Amino acid sequence: MTVPAQKPARKLSMKQRYSALTHDLNWTPTYVPEAEAFPYTTFEGIKIHDWSKWEDPFRLTVDAYCKYQAEKDRRLYAVLDSFAQSQGQLGLSDGSYLNAMKLFLQGIASEEYQAHRNFAYLARYLNGPGPRFAALCQSLDELRHAQTEIHALSHYNKHFTGFHDWKKMHDRVWYLSVPKSFFDDAVTAGPFEFLIAIGFSFEYLLTNLLFVPFMSGAAFNGDLPTMTFGFSAQSDESRHMTLGLEAIKFMLEQDEDNVPIVQEWLDKWFWRGYRLLALVAAMMDYFLPKRVMSWKESFELYFEQQMLGGLFPDLAYYGIRPPRHVEQAIEEKEILSHQAFWILYQFSHAAAFQTTVPDAAAQEWLTSAYPETFPKLYQPLFEKAQEVMDGGGRFFNMGLPQLCQVCQIPMGFTEPGDPTTICQRHSIFKGERYDMCSDGCKWIFDREPEKYVQAWLPVHQIYQGNCGGPTIPDVLAWYGMQPDDGGDYLGSADHQAWTAWHATAAKEG
Amino acid sequence: MTTTADRPVGIDLQESEETRALVDAIEADNEDLTVLHMPGIVRLTKPGRLVINQASVEQRLGRPWETHELQLAIVSYFGHFAEWDDDQILIAWDH
Repeated sequence: MTVPAQKPARKLSMKQRYSALTHDLNWTPTYVPEAEAFPYTTFEGIKIHDWSKWEDPFRLTVDAYCKYQAEKDRRLYAVLDSFAQSQGQLGLSDGSYLNAMKLFLQGIASEEYQAHRNFAYLARYLNGPGPRFAALCQSLDELRHAQTEIHALSHYNKHFTGFHDWKKMHDRVWYLSVPKSFFDDAVTAGPFEFLIAIGFSFEYLLTNLLFVPFMSGAAFNGDLPTMTFGFSAQSDESRHMTLGLEAIKFMLEQDEDNVPIVQEWLDKWFWRGYRLLALVAAMMDYFLPKRVMSWKESFELYFEQQMLGGLFPDLAYYGIRPPRHVEQAIEEKEILSHQAFWILYQFSHAAAFQTTVPDAAAQEWLTSAYPETFPKLYQPLFEKAQEVMDGGGRFFNMGLPQLCQVCQIPMGFTEPGDPTTICQRHSIFKGERYDMCSDGCKWIFDREPEKYVQAWLPVHQIYQGNCGGPTIPDVLAWYGMQPDDGGDYLGSADHQAWTAWHATAAKEG
Repeated sequence: MTTTADRPVGIDLQESEETRALVDAIEADNEDLTVLHMPGIVRLTKPGRLVINQASVEQRLGRPWETHELQLAIVSYFGHFAEWDDDQILIAWDH
């Protein structure tokens, strides 16, 4: 018997493969009503009429996802191994650079994990197969990011302070309550608000301001592991940006009644995200020994040009306007990083990173990047701090700062149009007074006071006796910090070790 | 007032040996492209629309290249992925 020669199967196009492996695998539940299988997608007031209208432009399928993610991890782990083998930490631009990475590990790794959890929830509870699959991929990505960040930075933990106990610190330390409360706010929202909060506002609008300068900064300062995990994570980020953009467009296209709801979420989450990035602004302008671009330049490039100039005219078609309070963010680009760093500088004795007065070259750079504000408003602060140093001291603020009820940053930001007066806003709710750092945070509080009165404010918690005891050493021990973690960089254990290694290298060389 | 045709779109790619062919292909297929080099990153921007053609990339790379491979090189983008097919990727604004 002869077997007819089989024609090779025609390869499906990318569009057909995507459709076959996501939408075609979906089924309609019959044992339970849809509302019971997907119980969380109605209470926020968002109206969806046709879930099949959600398109994933990446047209990603399980096999393509696994293939490319495996390749990304292979490349990353090869770099991590060779960096560790070659004692790559010795080639950093300066030992002080790692303070940026301590802040990153303590502040970001746990949030990646939070994102992983919430996207896993979306992967189960969104009604449509397209967004469920995109959320599943993002959930796996976020877990990968948490793991690769921890893994990449674990090498530094062998040689430097501040990289231990990042997980405990994340749940307890005052400055880490800023990112923690941001994510807690997002994951306790409904699924659609979470998509606007994290998927759209954070990933699409603002993530470039976090990752791109960080990674370029790492590349410029000899930090190969960070640069590599950063690029590896960022390549997933483009997919996340797409998910966020699809999410907002989908909601806006499904029903006109969704527009005002989405607009308010956008207003809220722009300001929440922007305030969180104050830490990044300080890092970019003050923590990097070799600087790539200033916060101001980066804000202009990645936010004003790309988002206000590119994205918002696109969203105007749906009746969406640029976020509320955006004009204040634009005005603050001249002052934000300096004010945020000055807060970190004066409370470094209670931190797991070190700061120091910017040296002459750094001050020259700051003057050229901020000619209108740095010499007049901030250089004098550092001159005073330097005088204290010259006299053998170090200026630390030994009090406990008042925190903003919403963003949880110490209230050190200034009035719009007046960079020398501290901005204070407050609201009364059920007879109690709550303080906010800005009009943006006050607007957010007033919209949902029941949520924000529950904030776990680190300073209040210390006063209430919930943080290990009444003295600073008690609290720092409860934070999981060790005596060498904080303070001034000059003369710190890291500084001494760095100097000693390089002195040895010079002698042997 | 800017329009969909002239509002800039763009893509940030890792600067590496492998992406050089990709950058060359994008430069060849897109007039008015602005190229900005930063440490580790190359940023390509252009008014209106930016296209990546599989054939152009393969020609410069000297091997088969599927459009999904862009995922290994991309750092960021702005605009929408208006098309992502086997033979072409197109970034543009919708409105």
